[in-house]
Amino acid sequence: MGIGTVAGRLDRVFIEGKQFLMDMLSALLPGDWYAALSPVVSALVVSTAVLVFAPVSMMFLTWLERKAVARFQDRIGPNRAGPAGLLQPIADGIKMFLKEDIVPRGADGFLHFLVPALVVAPVFTLYLVLPFGRDMTAMDLNVGLLFFLGASAVQTPLVIAAGWSTRSKYPVLGSMRSAAQILSYEIPLVLVLVAVVMSAGTMSTSAIVEAQEARWFIATPWGLAGFLVFVLASTAEANRTPFDMAEAESELVAGFHTEYAGLKFAMFQMAEFLSAFAAGGLAATVFLGGWQAPPVPGFLAGAVSVVPSWAWFHLKLYAMFFVLIWFRGTFPRFRIDQLLAFAWKLLFPMSLLVIVAAAIWHFGLESGGAPGGTGPGAARELAMWGACLGLLAVGYLGLSAILEREFSRMNRPREMAHAP
Amino acid sequence: MTVTEPYVILAVFAVLAIGGPAASLLVARFLAPHHPGPVKQEPYECGAVEAGDPWGQFRIQFYLYALIFLVFDVEALFLYPWAMVFREAGFAGFVEVMFFIGLLVLAWAYAWRHRALEWE
Repeated sequence: MGIGTVAGRLDRVFIEGKQFLMDMLSALLPGDWYAALSPVVSALVVSTAVLVFAPVSMMFLTWLERKAVARFQDRIGPNRAGPAGLLQPIADGIKMFLKEDIVPRGADGFLHFLVPALVVAPVFTLYLVLPFGRDMTAMDLNVGLLFFLGASAVQTPLVIAAGWSTRSKYPVLGSMRSAAQILSYEIPLVLVLVAVVMSAGTMSTSAIVEAQEARWFIATPWGLAGFLVFVLASTAEANRTPFDMAEAESELVAGFHTEYAGLKFAMFQMAEFLSAFAAGGLAATVFLGGWQAPPVPGFLAGAVSVVPSWAWFHLKLYAMFFVLIWFRGTFPRFRIDQLLAFAWKLLFPMSLLVIVAAAIWHFGLESGGAPGGTGPGAARELAMWGACLGLLAVGYLGLSAILEREFSRMNRPREMAHAP
Repeated sequence: MTVTEPYVILAVFAVLAIGGPAASLLVARFLAPHHPGPVKQEPYECGAVEAGDPWGQFRIQFYLYALIFLVFDVEALFLYPWAMVFREAGFAGFVEVMFFIGLLVLAWAYAWRHRALEWE
């Protein structure tokens, strides 16, 4: 068996694992039973895989984040439970189970239970449409991208319900703010993905990855700008620093989950972590070529092709999550007015410019020859880079100049009013 | 893979993804101690005595944001079908969509000028 076949087997190890389970089932059951049951069992296998993957990742991610942030702050981080503190998430999990569930007086008891029970389900669902490797999309919908956006939008009503049900001031205020924030950042996020759909010509996440075989979308001017907008907007959507208004503890205590203790709190924490992780996964899928190996010079191609596709995806996934941790370790928090102005007055118009740039890019490079024909010359491509980046730069500089002026105007009276 | 298969997955998945957390919350209810008290059940207000009902009025600003969100989210929704057929629609299609976006940019500029986008 050559190295190529081993690599091929390794690439398909999860798919073959599932096939093995299904084969075992077909050997055990009579033919017509198998025919009736196989779609459900297949769904069960896939669902279980995703439902095990997500919480296990979550445990590792909390450890990773605490360790990394500790290093940023010149601390050591968790180091008691297990080697290098690796068992810390398990210890935390047990503790969460045993913590008293405190429900504030006057709260809507039913909602107070229902929301934490529901809040992780839509987040788990996000992982169904992420292509984890070649042919490894759990639910390969032809509208995967829309499904992802829809499932992540379910957060908003849940956040409002979570805050409202407590009948306590900080959570109610915090949930309103979070909702305003999530809605505001939803727009640039959705618009930037329009450019991706334009370029790929499909909304299926696995087909979008395949469309990036020749060139990752981040290696285009619109893709580069789109990637930056996407990362910022999805960080804000996931309520992560520097956009973690919901948890501006100096203003709102802990935002909408102030009045949730024990496992209920853990559910919100899990939803937040996993949606940030999934957003990183979507960024890797639509801009960073998903499970595709990076383009490398010829002599390295052999070495790169040995690494299985799911390993590439995970590498990108964790790289994206590390950027989020890096943000958290580096940036101070926005103020709420700055936060919303940033979404509406900078990211929103920039995302429209990304769409225009994507259109210019395609008309510039594809007009004349049919798509897939002989590629345009390097000079033409360079000109298109110049045109697209020029447009984006002019937009960015103009908007940020206006925004800067607005901020300095807004800050002046505020500071005077607060002077003694 | 048939068309219905993804939706079989979704149905099975939904049961597990909602049932799992709900079941663990129920288990925690039996494992965790339960000693309610008048002070413990007080809504958290940093130790101060609670004043006023949070289930009352809140700022109109939030409504404004929701309204603006709705306009532009629907805009984005209309852009997706065009993005799917971007190549077939060609340059003419692009110009038409730019006209559509242009109209909404006008609305956006109007909202900005009237300070609907500002948090006060």
